[in-house]
Amino acid sequence: MAKTPSARKPAASGEEFALRSLQDAHTAKPRYPASDDELLRFYEQMVLIRRFEEKAGQLYGLGLIGGFCHLYIGQEAVAVGLQSALDGDKDSVITGYRDHGHMLAYGIDPKVIMAELTGRGAGISHGKGGSMHMFSVDHKFYGGHGIVGAQVPLGAGLAFAHKYREHGGGCIAYFGDGASNQGQVYEAFNVAALWNLPIIFVVENNGYAMGTAVKRGSAETHFYRRGTAFRIPGMDVNGMDVLEVRAAAEVALAHVRAGKGPVLMELKTYRYRGHSMSDPAKYRSREEVQEMRDKHDPIDAAKAELIKRGISEEAIKDIDKRIRGIVAEAADFAENSPEPEMTELYTDILVESY
Amino acid sequence: MAIELKMPALSPTMEEGTLAKWLVKEGDTVKSGDILAEIETDKATMEFEAIDEGVIGKITVPEGTEGVKVGTVIAVIGEEGETPPAPAAVAETAAPAVKVAEPAVDRPVAVARAADPTVPAGTNMKMSTVREALRDAMAEEMRRDDRVFVMGEEVAEYQGAYKVTQGLLEEFGAKRVIDTPITEYGFAGIGTGAAMGGLRPIVEFMTFNFAMQAIDHIINSAAKTNYMSGGQMRCPVVFRGPNGAAARVGAQHSQNYGPWYSSVPGLIVIAPYDAADAKGLLKAAIRSDDPVVFLENELVYGRTFELPELDDHVLPIGKARIVREGKDVTIVSYSIGVGMALDAAETLAGEGIEAEVIDLRTLRPLDTETVLASLARTNRLVVAEEGWPQCSIASEIIAVCMEQGFDNLDAPVMRVCNEDVPLPYAANLEKAALIDAGRIAAAVRKVCYR
Repeated sequence: MAKTPSARKPAASGEEFALRSLQDAHTAKPRYPASDDELLRFYEQMVLIRRFEEKAGQLYGLGLIGGFCHLYIGQEAVAVGLQSALDGDKDSVITGYRDHGHMLAYGIDPKVIMAELTGRGAGISHGKGGSMHMFSVDHKFYGGHGIVGAQVPLGAGLAFAHKYREHGGGCIAYFGDGASNQGQVYEAFNVAALWNLPIIFVVENNGYAMGTAVKRGSAETHFYRRGTAFRIPGMDVNGMDVLEVRAAAEVALAHVRAGKGPVLMELKTYRYRGHSMSDPAKYRSREEVQEMRDKHDPIDAAKAELIKRGISEEAIKDIDKRIRGIVAEAADFAENSPEPEMTELYTDILVESY
Repeated sequence: MAIELKMPALSPTMEEGTLAKWLVKEGDTVKSGDILAEIETDKATMEFEAIDEGVIGKITVPEGTEGVKVGTVIAVIGEEGETPPAPAAVAETAAPAVKVAEPAVDRPVAVARAADPTVPAGTNMKMSTVREALRDAMAEEMRRDDRVFVMGEEVAEYQGAYKVTQGLLEEFGAKRVIDTPITEYGFAGIGTGAAMGGLRPIVEFMTFNFAMQAIDHIINSAAKTNYMSGGQMRCPVVFRGPNGAAARVGAQHSQNYGPWYSSVPGLIVIAPYDAADAKGLLKAAIRSDDPVVFLENELVYGRTFELPELDDHVLPIGKARIVREGKDVTIVSYSIGVGMALDAAETLAGEGIEAEVIDLRTLRPLDTETVLASLARTNRLVVAEEGWPQCSIASEIIAVCMEQGFDNLDAPVMRVCNEDVPLPYAANLEKAALIDAGRIAAAVRKVCYR
């Protein structure tokens, strides 16, 4: 065997760090020690997303929602766990078209989200964006982008702005296992690492890029490893447990806030519904979905934990009831508010008049 | 036998340069690969290497000489032991410049500017190249607003692939003048995201041909998001760089994207011709709250024009300018086409046809009012565009004339565009494919029935 050239040093500790240290830190403390109140809040947010999405599915079936509508059911723990760790005054979030859950996790009013889905003037985008294109600059939620993968360099740009302004904020850019195969993702990885941008790249690996199972579309199916070529540390996280997600978020945010550059976090999750409302999801078995629902549901898990902690069934039922009320009210609002004024057709194209 | 060393062409558009420095002297022995001299083009200082071995005979062009035409004999190399040729003989060999690119004429003389209503009468004018005007526009806006920064390939340490960002790194530092890797899709998205995050990026594309890799972010991310967000999302980004045919760079590097971007609601598209418009409109573009595509032209960078000496020369976006008044016919153009239209108008004046020349300056929103008002006066119109004819700015202007100016037309509107082919490399074919003043004049004679 060839002798190792003496000039070549063994893997520097920096390299070890780059690839493993965040994962090690996460593995050492995998679950966030939430207080009862915190866990109740996470539960409530997840239930809100679940019930909201179920209602959106119904309204779609009734023809009240048109076009594409991508539901977040099954993935609730990801957005709730991650966003609960953010500093609402400084940090920003950007995602793709499966965006309802991320907005609800930010506490954005369900009424204006649902009204956007039904294309009404009271919608958050005045009915001009629809399900895939929603934004709330007030909440530092920057969309809601319909082109698969586009949000990744845009997120790096938001992170660039955080760094440029030197206010200590960071960005979370969510994308899916499907978007992970877009070239621009790696252009963004390279620049983010090169410029040390404060960004957490979050792969929501729900197993399917539309109808293509991960193993049919990806040569490297461990997405958290895909930053290796850019020296971006990876994290492999269970996306079906809100407390694991939150704990991982703390590790990643500490890294980013310390000015150490980007993090790539893969969250293994699952979507119970089709890719969009028009997807019959014939590419997977009923049993596979049922297995996830029965054994790995993030809401059931949080509920079981609450009960174990001694929270009464009654208290949990009260939450469920309240959420049903909120969602019913949102649906009612979305169904009954008027369509946008015709003048909306010509507004917001340009900011200034020329 | 003596070998003549000639002023080399060091870029596709170089026609002359400055012999900045000789690194050898008469009588030195040189071998292939030795650096003989430093030559300054309009873009960079380049080293000039020896290809042959020998002894430097006579240096015919001393260092510091400016405006040395490409092809001029600058020195003579003799074989070792050979007597250097007599200086007189050398002087005679000074050959006429070999034209590198005939269509790519950097105007040797400065062009006086037609009156501009937006520039106060009596304003002092100085001479400036378009390149300097663009640089000054960015520098002034960066001094004014610390949210403004420049990013792109080679914009910082290299001082700009076309030297448009020359000196900016020195003044503003690496935080605000940022070299990117070759990653157009990535950095266009990052620039767009930074604009969404409240900054005011100037994203330079080395050429707009490369921006095709990034066009998704320009259109889907930058142009549409304000509308899709119901007016919440601002995206005050400027995408700028050279556009259109350069000289002898072939089809993939020679396209005019004006019509493409101009078709997109949500974008501002600017394509200036002269230095004053380049500066005033780039400043306006940087200040705009909307995403702007700012199309420059490599062949125009080195041209010198009058530039108003104003502390803050900002021009209105969306306003065309009458660059030459005339009563018989209107020629509408933009970018490099304006120079050709002016040349054509000069020729036509000699024939008794007074052509009015309009520089659109902004391609979106189009100033159709100025075009239609001119048409109402002249009743004849030709559009001259360095670009393909189909789905062009020319076809758009013609449609507007049909829809809104039909009653004023005394002749069909004609367009003079490039040939409908990918731009060829061979000099003769390239020349045949591109518009020129002669073709514009011929079209004008047609619509004037002359």
